[in-house]
Amino acid sequence: MDIIEGYAYILGDDISTDDIIPSHTLTIRDENIMVKHTLEFIDPYFSKQVDKGNIIIAGENFGTGSSREEAVYVFKILGIKAIIAKSFARIYFRNLINNGIPAITLEWESKHFAKEDNIEISLEKGVLINKSKNLTINFKKIPIFLTGILENGGIINQLKNRL
Amino acid sequence: MSYTIAEKILKEHSNLKEISPGQFINSDIDLIMVHEQLGGRIHIEYEKLGIDYVWDPDKIFFILDHWVPPPTISAAKMHQDARRFAEKYKFTNNYGYQLDKGICHQVLPEMGFARPGMLIVGSDSHTTTYGAFNCLSTGIGATDVSVVFATGKMWFKVPESFKINLSGTLDKGVMSKDFILTLIGDISTKGAIYKSLEFHGNGVQSLSIDSRMTVANMVVEAGAKCGVFLLDKKLKDWLEKRTEKQYSKVLPDEGAEYEKEFHYNLSEITPVVAKPSNPGNIAKIEDVEGYEIDQAFLGGCTNGRMEDLRIAAKILNSKKINSNTRMIVTPASKEIYLHALREGLIEIFLSAGAVVTNSTCGACIGGHLGVLGPEDVCISSTNRNFIGRMGDPSSEVFLASPATVAASAIKGKITDPREAL
Repeated sequence: MDIIEGYAYILGDDISTDDIIPSHTLTIRDENIMVKHTLEFIDPYFSKQVDKGNIIIAGENFGTGSSREEAVYVFKILGIKAIIAKSFARIYFRNLINNGIPAITLEWESKHFAKEDNIEISLEKGVLINKSKNLTINFKKIPIFLTGILENGGIINQLKNRL
Repeated sequence: MSYTIAEKILKEHSNLKEISPGQFINSDIDLIMVHEQLGGRIHIEYEKLGIDYVWDPDKIFFILDHWVPPPTISAAKMHQDARRFAEKYKFTNNYGYQLDKGICHQVLPEMGFARPGMLIVGSDSHTTTYGAFNCLSTGIGATDVSVVFATGKMWFKVPESFKINLSGTLDKGVMSKDFILTLIGDISTKGAIYKSLEFHGNGVQSLSIDSRMTVANMVVEAGAKCGVFLLDKKLKDWLEKRTEKQYSKVLPDEGAEYEKEFHYNLSEITPVVAKPSNPGNIAKIEDVEGYEIDQAFLGGCTNGRMEDLRIAAKILNSKKINSNTRMIVTPASKEIYLHALREGLIEIFLSAGAVVTNSTCGACIGGHLGVLGPEDVCISSTNRNFIGRMGDPSSEVFLASPATVAASAIKGKITDPREAL
């Protein structure tokens, strides 16, 4: 996979899929309207300012709770390139990979990242460079089984190519 | 090789000679449950595949429960899309028109679809509930559902297992909800991410099937992939009434490896609540007693079963709900509703001043039939209390047992149920 480059957006621990996309938005049929509600209880400006934070760097248990894939889909529509977290909730991790969004597990500290830091990620090498801080961090590479899904741009594409 | 229950079930569904935790495998799915999500992202993802069939229409269980009956036009459209899909692909177990049936996690086992040894997935995180029936069941998203619809297979990472040994019996007024909340508080909401929790010990036998379902329902709140109970006489008797299908019980092997072991004496569990806004934010009832509430909610897939309604009715019998408090009762299924009606429980709830609704996920997801307004405080028998989960983001939700919910409804403030029984 190519190098991923973007700007950091920082989130804390236990961000649930309810936080990412609240239940009251789930019956909205127009995805362009739905995305405006992304993270609305945490940061009402998120969907407007997403270009300045298109790599999410989160704490523990990211994506906990409901299996709603809308919580991944809204990020996909908004152009989120990768999500880094100290740990991921199980279903959310699957949903990210299945949608072709790299999910990187990394025990990071607050000194490593600040909002809008310029980040470069090589999935192949397992290396992350924070250009704003001149910092290089190694991370555990995503298993080959899963990079196969990412390389196809998601599991639906992968399956389509096989059917 | 010696295997845990989760390892054994996954191995038997994967056509592999050996498996080990951390390994990625493709497994054959026995049953997949879908609800409103079918009319949400699932039908959109599936149509991308451009195929005109599903792998096995008999192995799909479809029911509508989240927004039932639809409170908005958009929810009604979602239902239409879901039903259209189910008809197009000729689902055998299509309950898309039977809005009276109830909540998926109650109805599916009631109809005998969850049996020992099965590998079940569902488009809902609380699909873990069926672990009470000695099977491996877990929640998935829309693209995973699409893959299963097309191929009957799904990728899994073989989980490590935790062994939870239970001894003793719960005291009067203490429920399995108090146990599972205590466990989540102890290990935290990330304490069991991707793990399989296996429940063992004499303590399990004292728990009813209703109680076990509550525990299995909420293991996902500790991050677990699944929570599994063993087959015993209570479960055999339960299954006998529900299905004539054959099943094979799954026991862990001697020498199966567990990453961690825990021991709980159920007689030492006391009433607890999960404070806002995280199911792992546990406090003893004594520490929150007296906190004023605006709404008490009893029901849902976590605690809307007969045992739950019975204990609440016992507490509410001949009593009135506090004049400043609203109470909503949502039985988990129509079968339970009818049973409660015949037993006189519904009359007790109505006489006490509660609103009794049809079976739906409505209030739990802030959808309808009990949505919270700004700064409302709710004590709820449900499973999640995230910000805005049941309504306005400034509302507060305390998760508790049905007994605590009922006792609190009478006083209008959080109350120790042991004093009310």
